[in-house]
Amino acid sequence: MSEPAISVRGLSKRYNLGAISRHTLADEMTYLIHRIRGRNAADHMGQVRNKAPSARPYGEHAKEFWAVKDVSFDVNPGEILGVIGGNGAGKSTLLKILSRITEPTEGEAVINGRVGSLLEVGTGFHPDLTGRENIYLSGTILGMKKAEITKKFDEIVAFSEVEQFLDTPVKRYSSGMFVRLGFAVAAHLDPEILVVDEVLAVGDAAFQKKCLGKMGEVARDGRTILFVSHNMAAIENLCSHGLWLDHGRVKMLGETAPVVEQYLNTSQAMTESVSLRDRTDRRGSGRARIVNFFVTNDTNCRQAVLRPGNTYRFHLECELNSPGPTLQNVFAAVDLKDHRNETVWLVSSAFTHEAKTLGRGITELVCTAPDFNLAEGTYKATLYLTCGVNDHLDQISNAAEISVEGGDFFGTGSKGSPTHCRTLTRASWSTLSL
Amino acid sequence: MHRTHIKAHQPWWIINWRELVEYRDLFWLTVHRDLTSIYKQSVLGPLWFVIQPIMTTLVFTVIFGNIAGMNTDNIPLFLFYQSGLVLWNYFAGVMNGAASSLISNAGVLRKVYFPRLIPPLSSVVTYLGHFCINFLLFIAVFIYFLIKGSSIHPSWWVLLLPLLILHCACVGLGAGLWLSAMTIKYRDISFALPFLTQLWMFASPVILPSSSFSNWKWLIAVNPMAGVIELFRFAFLGAGSPDKVILISSFLVGLILLGSGLLVFNRAQRTFVDTI
Repeated sequence: MSEPAISVRGLSKRYNLGAISRHTLADEMTYLIHRIRGRNAADHMGQVRNKAPSARPYGEHAKEFWAVKDVSFDVNPGEILGVIGGNGAGKSTLLKILSRITEPTEGEAVINGRVGSLLEVGTGFHPDLTGRENIYLSGTILGMKKAEITKKFDEIVAFSEVEQFLDTPVKRYSSGMFVRLGFAVAAHLDPEILVVDEVLAVGDAAFQKKCLGKMGEVARDGRTILFVSHNMAAIENLCSHGLWLDHGRVKMLGETAPVVEQYLNTSQAMTESVSLRDRTDRRGSGRARIVNFFVTNDTNCRQAVLRPGNTYRFHLECELNSPGPTLQNVFAAVDLKDHRNETVWLVSSAFTHEAKTLGRGITELVCTAPDFNLAEGTYKATLYLTCGVNDHLDQISNAAEISVEGGDFFGTGSKGSPTHCRTLTRASWSTLSL
Repeated sequence: MHRTHIKAHQPWWIINWRELVEYRDLFWLTVHRDLTSIYKQSVLGPLWFVIQPIMTTLVFTVIFGNIAGMNTDNIPLFLFYQSGLVLWNYFAGVMNGAASSLISNAGVLRKVYFPRLIPPLSSVVTYLGHFCINFLLFIAVFIYFLIKGSSIHPSWWVLLLPLLILHCACVGLGAGLWLSAMTIKYRDISFALPFLTQLWMFASPVILPSSSFSNWKWLIAVNPMAGVIELFRFAFLGAGSPDKVILISSFLVGLILLGSGLLVFNRAQRTFVDTI
């Protein structure tokens, strides 16, 4: 194989905590005066800092923080490397260094080819300029030549779907139009290496799909891509290799599937279980809240692990908080998501028009689901409670983890193909002679 | 193939000139953006390019000339102040534009890389646009007074005008680059900047001819803008007495300021997104 497109060796980046944008001349002067007077300036600044925690730390008092530490990897031409990791793992810092926005503290990287970095949509747009002017401005900021933009202008406009508004200042654009135009410009960059941050998190679903499609197209052209995302499905679909960063260091590097798998297993183990009653990360008006959730079998014994093929009852204990004696027209839903955070199983009383009434105190809503048909694996439940269709009373994501194991759904000992398909479906086969 | 080497501790004296040339399209578009977007959505629009210098000159004429009755070396008041402001406004524009270039473009610079010298360099050309309008206005007034028969005596020194403009660009850019590098570390600079600009103007022969600086001659000598403004006035109006030694020393100071400014800026821009 030829030279790698990106070769990173021992890359590190240190930030000094507290030193960010707290520099004032006054600080520096105080420091200087104390040095001239022969006092221990560092000590003095330490005292000052105790009074004002934001003051600038000096010498050993400065707190260091390695956002990226000793990262090494190679990306071959045509490879798509997905970078994953939790918040603060150093993904963005790595991208910033590779796109030369900031300099590393240690180490080096060699990049063979023109780099286009896409860390934001609509970079360099000027609100007072028209869409047309901004295409040129943003394009050149991203590293294109004016002639290149002229050549691709029609394509860019067509992709963005804002033809009618080309001569309108972009400040009059809706946010959707703004994003579309921004991405259209970026998507027509023609670099050999593309560095992409989580820009796909913006825009509506249809547009996101279009963006992913465009990225796939770019990839098939044999260009090298470095892609940071929290969307594991996108990473698995697009990337040939995965890089898992954890606290600035490389935790795992290799083929996408095992890296993603490993990453998800670890991060799931870390989510702690908090009683539903105390959960604060909920949405909805709170007029009624879900305070407990559990699963039983058809004889009302609580179940920790479910087996496909059995009948289960999903219990939602709901507490009424609104004034009146009862709340009518209440619907509930249980939504199970797989490790890629995609819903694979959903029951809702709204589907079957089973409106319930909540009384004072606690009312238990029970959903009985026969012939449970999820394949082996762990799933996370999201619970919903609504009044009518539009009035959201309560919603809790990751309310519980549901483990599904073993079982003999088909009566043949087969588990189906759990890594490939999450649901099990009864079917019979026959032959027809024509 | 294009090859980029990213390394810790790049030497501070290396400026990538070739890269600047590669980004020339961005340079011109930035100039275009700054010239066209500035007065958008104002009723008078580009007319402001004309109104602003005229109003400033008018205010100076009334306050300093008519009310305070300051010395203008027997030159018509309006023409005197205008001649001082033409070069000064260009210099001040470039300096302020360059000084705020990193901060005002921080949003973009945090998200994408392009040579950070582009914004300050583009302000040299942007304000050249302002200067041209300013200068044409000056010439119009100049011709009016010439026809009217006022005592103004242009000389062959006017041929030095391009050199004077170049000098203003050097000093403005040099000082602006220094200030912009320092603003990253000390935000105080951006608050002091308007004040500093004003002080510098008072220390230059914009409002007073240098003949009035009798006890403050040293101020004219150390100020790299003083000599050229005096020369400009002498070349077009025949008033004042430009000093050759002071002129040559200001050219030297201008070059030193520009050279050191480029290096300081180059050092500061590499990690400025971390602190801004």
